Amino acid sequence: MSVPPSSSTPSSSAPLHLAVALDGAGRHPAAWREPGTRPQALFTARYWADAVTEAEAGLFDFVTFEDALALQSSAPDGPDERTDRVRGRLDAVLTAARVAPLTRHIGLVPSVTATHTEPFHISKAVATLDHVSRGRAGLRVQVSGRADEARHFGRRTGPLPEAELYEEAADHVEAVRRLWDSWEDDAEIRDVATGRFVDREKLHYIDFEGPHFSVRGPSITPRPPQGQPVVTALGDGGASYRLIARSADVGYLAARSPDAARTAVAAVREARESAGLGDRPLHLFGELTVFLDDDAEAAAARRERLDALAGAPFEDDTEVFTGTPAGLADLLLERRAAGLTGFRLRPGATAHDLPALTRKLVPELQRRGAFRRAYEADTLRGLLGLERPASRYAARTTLTATAGPAA
Amino acid sequence: MSTKPLKQIHLAAHFPGVNNTTVWSDPAAGSHIDFDSFVHFARTAERAKFDFLFLAEGLRLREQGGRIYDLDVVGRPDTFTVLAALAGVTERLGLTGTINSTFNEPYEVARQFASLDHLSEGRAAWNVVTSWDAFTGENFRRGGFLPREERYSRAREFLSTAIELFDSWDGTELAADAGSGAFLRDARAGAFAHRGQHFDIEGRFNVPRSPQGRPVVFQAGDSDEGREFAASGADAIFGRHATLDEGRTFYADVKGRLAAYGRTHDQLKILPAATFVLGDTDAEAHETAHEVRRLQVSGQTAIKYLEHVWNRDLSGYDPDGPLPDVDPEVGENTIALGRASVRQFNDPLATARQWRELAEAKGLSIRELVIATTSRQTFVGTADTVARSIDSLVQADAADGFILVPHITPGGLDVFADTVVPLLQERGVFRSEYEGSTLRDHLGIAVPEAAPPTGRQVAAS
Repeated sequence: MSVPPSSSTPSSSAPLHLAVALDGAGRHPAAWREPGTRPQALFTARYWADAVTEAEAGLFDFVTFEDALALQSSAPDGPDERTDRVRGRLDAVLTAARVAPLTRHIGLVPSVTATHTEPFHISKAVATLDHVSRGRAGLRVQVSGRADEARHFGRRTGPLPEAELYEEAADHVEAVRRLWDSWEDDAEIRDVATGRFVDREKLHYIDFEGPHFSVRGPSITPRPPQGQPVVTALGDGGASYRLIARSADVGYLAARSPDAARTAVAAVREARESAGLGDRPLHLFGELTVFLDDDAEAAAARRERLDALAGAPFEDDTEVFTGTPAGLADLLLERRAAGLTGFRLRPGATAHDLPALTRKLVPELQRRGAFRRAYEADTLRGLLGLERPASRYAARTTLTATAGPAA
Repeated sequence: MSTKPLKQIHLAAHFPGVNNTTVWSDPAAGSHIDFDSFVHFARTAERAKFDFLFLAEGLRLREQGGRIYDLDVVGRPDTFTVLAALAGVTERLGLTGTINSTFNEPYEVARQFASLDHLSEGRAAWNVVTSWDAFTGENFRRGGFLPREERYSRAREFLSTAIELFDSWDGTELAADAGSGAFLRDARAGAFAHRGQHFDIEGRFNVPRSPQGRPVVFQAGDSDEGREFAASGADAIFGRHATLDEGRTFYADVKGRLAAYGRTHDQLKILPAATFVLGDTDAEAHETAHEVRRLQVSGQTAIKYLEHVWNRDLSGYDPDGPLPDVDPEVGENTIALGRASVRQFNDPLATARQWRELAEAKGLSIRELVIATTSRQTFVGTADTVARSIDSLVQADAADGFILVPHITPGGLDVFADTVVPLLQERGVFRSEYEGSTLRDHLGIAVPEAAPPTGRQVAAS
């Protein structure tokens, strides 16, 4: 049975939460050449539906969909003009929406680049993803300082300072969250007697003002089923930790060792306290790439074979695990002791490693009492043990009303 | 005997949104937000073999007199997201969405439409609309700085830029050959460079060419500029004129503009929006239509509607009484914000004068006058009457088909699908099965060839 975390500090024996990061044919640059991969199908709905259905069969909490407003590149600031790697991808929010009606339980978390998008558009898109999935939406907020990406918009010139990008992203999330709250849950009244469709006292201007944008509100889309869809972000130190601390419900930490994980968890939790949000639940997930086979040598050999195809040893910005499902289960439980409440796993090659996760790792964790045996909730917040928050504006109304007589 | 071959009718359905045609007070009215409503509506349209489903867009809640307007349906989901989800529960139905060219950027919108076209296997269409409106702009980074006169120039450049992005992949680039290790055949796939008045952008578009080449493009403007914009590059136009005379005039005018752009008569479909009320007899349908009008135009709604023209607070007037004797406030309309309909009253003094004359001559109250002047019920009668009218308007070149807007969400289309569509099929003017799988197939519009990529040449020079 899953016991959701009831406070901000997780128990070290609580069942794990698992997410899978979907990106192209997998994290390894040669993954698209793996037997069983259908590289021609990467731009079809069927490919994504199959992957998400597989993750749902494995009872994963959610899937994330990688995205960017530029072509993939191995170069730090511009296209690399390689022809031997997957290039091109479909919009993550639309891909998530496309698979929503085909799934029932799994959370759907598309990536969104705060740097070049409008909070108003993102807010209604993710609210609508929550409506079409009946409460399973989230988003992964990311920034982009790449000059080539900025040139696709022509609005500003890169590279942009990292601190500013993350400040802007935090503002973006704040505006998005206020818009989700801008309709109280019971704003639609359909009062035939007075002819009023909504109670406009329950619709709120958000009046967000920041250095990069201002948003008046209210949203045009009624409050989503979860109230607040789940906001997630990846952190690898500094400004990215502050974004998780200020803005996220789930942070993914790119730590490479148990000690690094412990340090990262402490840093983000401290930043959370400093932001005055210490009492708000925050999941911190470990982030790692996985190559899984029934025996460790086979996994290593497969990774080497992929490296040979790619022409270079695989490296990632986070830890890479190559081995057996039992070995991975050991590692995850060890990292849980460092204060992590779950993991976002990046399949090295989706066609091979995603089924290995759902069919081998998950049963292994279940045997150890560390993972759910059935979906226990209908919404993503429910799966993560997060309560459905009241609209901040409704809370204010109630507060004023109760404070009134006393004052 | 030589007879002109019968024109095939195009039919589409508009999921009714934020406007006073939607009778939300009817017990049969359901949610306009729950995905189930969209599924019901889309499946009815697909069962009836319609060309496409259409969703409008709103980017700010309407206000009147400084307060959020609360008498009509308020709120709607995001257009792109609903269409993508509907692609998962339908197979052939085209998926058309309005997306504004003012408060968006071409790179982002182009990749959303190209993605939708991939995810629906070739069923995406874009209704390009414009706005200059500072009120809506308060929700966006761009703000409200676009001068009114630039809205079509930005829209035109927005669309042509998006097409450059769609065409930046010509469809030959993807090898995805695991054996040889070539994912791309062309290292410069998606390269583009656009330097214009409104956009100065360059780089690499990141969605490969989609099943329709480009999504189908619709346009909705009725002004001279809007008609010219549509003639220059749209595949279909949402007309407002669903009557014989007005329809024929509009049809001839717009189709007449195509030659100047080297386009043929068939390359632009004219599809006016149309409502319908069906009954067992024509008389019964007319009676129902009258009741529907009363539900659509309550006393309060009538006063609010009049305020659009008068541009002043008329809340003190009795909707069952005579029209106000004060004159409209001339100038920028400040009372009703976020509405497209206020823009049609170019000369409020003349409109007020006409309406007073009409009300006096026929003895109409405010509410009756509004009902009379805003009547949008295009097809009223038995299924047979409605099928005949639709057919005759299309055969007479008043339209190529219609976009139907039921007044009940989401079940209002069912009766049309069950009773009128079979009669049109019997007449041989509407398909019984889809012949193709893409929206271009349904509309009879060819997949465009990609224009030569600008970016790759620029980069090479």
